[in-house]
Amino acid sequence: MKLLRFFTAGNVDDGKSTLIGRLLYDSNSISTDIIETLTRQSKTTGANSEIDLALLTDGLRAEREQGITIDVAYKYFTTDKRKFIIADTPGHIQYTRNMFTGASNADLAIILVDARNGITDQTKRHSILSAILGMPHVLVCINKMDLVNYSEARYKEIEADYLIFAQQLGLKTISFIPASALAGDNVVTKSDKMDWYNGPALLDFLETVEIAEDKRSEASRFQVQYIIRPQTDELHDYRGFAGKITSGSYKKGQRVLVLPSRIESEIEKIEINQQEVEIAEINDPVVIHLKDDVDVSRGNSIVSLEHLPKTEKEITATICWMDNAAFIPGQKILLQQNSFRTKAIVKEVISKIDIHSFMELQSDGSMKLNDICKVLIKTAEPVTFDAYAENRAIGAFILVNENTNNTIAAGTIN
Amino acid sequence: MSKKFDYLDELEAEAIYILREVAGQFDRPALLFSGGKDSICLVHLALKAFRPGKFPFPLVHVDTGHNFPEALEYRDNLAKALGEKLIVRKVEDTIKAKKLQDAKGKFPSRNGLQTYTLLDVIEEFEFDACIGGARRDEEKARAKERIFSVRDEFGQWDPKMQRPELWNIYNGKINKGENVRVFPISNWTELDVWNYIKREKIELPSIYFTHERECVVTEHGQLMCTNEFLKLDETDVIVTKNVRYRTVGDMTCTAAVESEAYKIDDIINEIKEAKISERGATRMDDRVSEAAMEDRKKGGYF
Repeated sequence: MKLLRFFTAGNVDDGKSTLIGRLLYDSNSISTDIIETLTRQSKTTGANSEIDLALLTDGLRAEREQGITIDVAYKYFTTDKRKFIIADTPGHIQYTRNMFTGASNADLAIILVDARNGITDQTKRHSILSAILGMPHVLVCINKMDLVNYSEARYKEIEADYLIFAQQLGLKTISFIPASALAGDNVVTKSDKMDWYNGPALLDFLETVEIAEDKRSEASRFQVQYIIRPQTDELHDYRGFAGKITSGSYKKGQRVLVLPSRIESEIEKIEINQQEVEIAEINDPVVIHLKDDVDVSRGNSIVSLEHLPKTEKEITATICWMDNAAFIPGQKILLQQNSFRTKAIVKEVISKIDIHSFMELQSDGSMKLNDICKVLIKTAEPVTFDAYAENRAIGAFILVNENTNNTIAAGTIN
Repeated sequence: MSKKFDYLDELEAEAIYILREVAGQFDRPALLFSGGKDSICLVHLALKAFRPGKFPFPLVHVDTGHNFPEALEYRDNLAKALGEKLIVRKVEDTIKAKKLQDAKGKFPSRNGLQTYTLLDVIEEFEFDACIGGARRDEEKARAKERIFSVRDEFGQWDPKMQRPELWNIYNGKINKGENVRVFPISNWTELDVWNYIKREKIELPSIYFTHERECVVTEHGQLMCTNEFLKLDETDVIVTKNVRYRTVGDMTCTAAVESEAYKIDDIINEIKEAKISERGATRMDDRVSEAAMEDRKKGGYF
C-alpha cells in the first residue's frame, strides 16, 4: 500500500474544510468521541448543519475562537487502497507562507473553486504557487455544484477558463472534478445528480492517481547526515556514512564522487539496518562505506559519476519570504539544504513575482512577508544541487536568520 | 524505483531521517522514554538509525510514581539489553524538593507535575533536543505542532510563533537555554504504529494485551484499574473484566478498554473497528477542556 501526500488550497468560503471533513467523515475516519465534541462545538458556533465539518481541522484555541484557520494542520486517513496525509493550508492569513509549507511535501494539490464564482484571484494565486513549487498534479475541484443546479454548462465553462489561464504556468497534470462537499456529491461516492460527468469521485481519484515518486529524477543523490563510528575493539575501523538516498540508486562497487571536495572513490559496502545490500534505492535509509579513507563530513554529497549535480557558490533561486521582519540588504544568513548548512548572503533581489499574474516585476530590492522573489545568493561553502524543477529533493533550501534562528525564507533553485 | 517500498517503509525512512538529523544537529539530545508503545517504536527506529554505533543520546524517563509496574520492568530490561544509558528522574523527588502540592481528587493524576521534573532534567543535563513519541493524529493541538518544535527556556510552546517547516529540511538552530522537542513519528497513526510493531515483531509490555483486572467504572464510563493511588469510596463499584491498554500513561489517568485481544492481529482488528479515538478512550487528562493539550504544551509538556 502506498502513501499519498496532498494539500488543499482554498478558504472556508470555498468549502475546503467541509470537503476534508466530508472525506474523513464518509470514509469512517472520525471516531465517535470526536464527533460528539464536534456536535457540541457546532451547537455553540451556531452552524446550521448537524455537524460543522469545518471544525474538524481547527486545532488551536485561537482558531476556534476566531473561526479561522491560522496554521497548517495535518490530517490522516486510510482506505483499503492507500494511506493519505492531508496538509490543510489556511486561505485567510499568511496564505502564501502556509501554502508553501503545506505544499512542499505534497504530491498533489487540490484547488477548490466555488462553482458560483468561477476562477477568482485566489484560484490564480494558488495555481501559481503550485507551479512555483513544481506540484506534480493539480486537481481543480469545482465545488458547490448544488448551488448551480449541477449544471454541466457551468462546469465546462469553468474548466475552459481554468485551462486558458493555466497555459502559461506549465503545470504538469491538471484534472477536474465537479462536486458538492456539503451534499456529498462526488466526494466519497459518485453523485447521481451529474450523469454528464464520467470521471471518478474525489476519493476514487485520490486512490488511483499516479504517485509522483514514480517519475522522480534518476540521478543518484545522497547527502551525509551523520557518521557512524562505534570505536569499539571489534569495530575499530568502522566508519559509515548514514543518510537517505534522495534519488536514483547506489550499488556496491560503484565509482562515486564526494562533493564538494571532488574526491573520487568506490562504494565498498551499503548497509540498511545492519544488513549488507547489493543495491539501495530512493528513500532507503542507508549507511554507505567508501573504499578509501577520504574526508567526508555531514552535509557532503556522494553522487554517481554520471549526471553530476552542480556545485556552486552562487545560485539563483525563487524564494518565498516568510519572516514578519522584512529583508535587510547585506544581512548575514544561513542557507540550509537538507543536512547541509552554510553562511550566505542575498546579493541581489532580481525581480518580484506577481502572484496574481505570474509576471516578473522589477524589484525595488525589498522583500517582506509572503513576497515571492527571484534572488541571487552567494554562499560561503559551495552548494551541491540540481535545479528544483528536475529534482525537488536537493533543489530546495531554507534561509535562517543567524541572530534569531528563525526560518525566514524557503527557496527553490533555478 | 523499488516495488517493495510501501507506506510503512516510507514512514520508517522519514523517522530514521529525523533521528539522524537530531544526531547531526544537536550536542546533547535525549530520547524521552515512557515504556509506552510509541517510545518503544522510537527505540526500535533508533537501532535502525545508529547501529552498530551507540545511540547518540541517553533514554530519559520521567517516573511519575504512578507508572504501571509492567512498563517499568520493560524499561529496565530494554535499557540493559541494549546497553544504552537510562536516566530516571522521579516526580516524587521534585514534589519534595520544590514543596509542590501533590494532585488531589479521586484520580490524582501527576500529569501536570511531571512537567516540573521534565524541565528539571532538561536543565540538569543541558539537553538541547528531546525526542518524543507524540503523533499528530492523537490530538488536535498536536496536529499543528512541527516535527522540530522549538521551546523557550521555560519549555513553552508558542503555537503562533512556530517556524515554518518545509520539505524535509529541519531547522534545529536554537539559542542557549532553549531546546527543541522532536517528534519523528508525527505522521504515524495509531494503526500505523500497530502495523509496524507487527511487521517488525517488536515486543511490548504485557498490559497492551488482554488480561483480567479489577476496575472501577468512572462517571464517563471509563474503566480505571484499582490501585493504591485511587481514592475510592463505598459507592464505587468494582468489577473484574478482561481488559487491555491502548495507551500507557499513569495508572491514575489512563483507562483500560475491554478486550479479548491476545495477539497483535486481534489488536489491529479492534482498532480498525473501534469507534472511539485512542486518547478519547483512555485519557482522563484530555477531558478537562477543549484545549487541555494545547495548554499543557504551552506550559512545557511534550
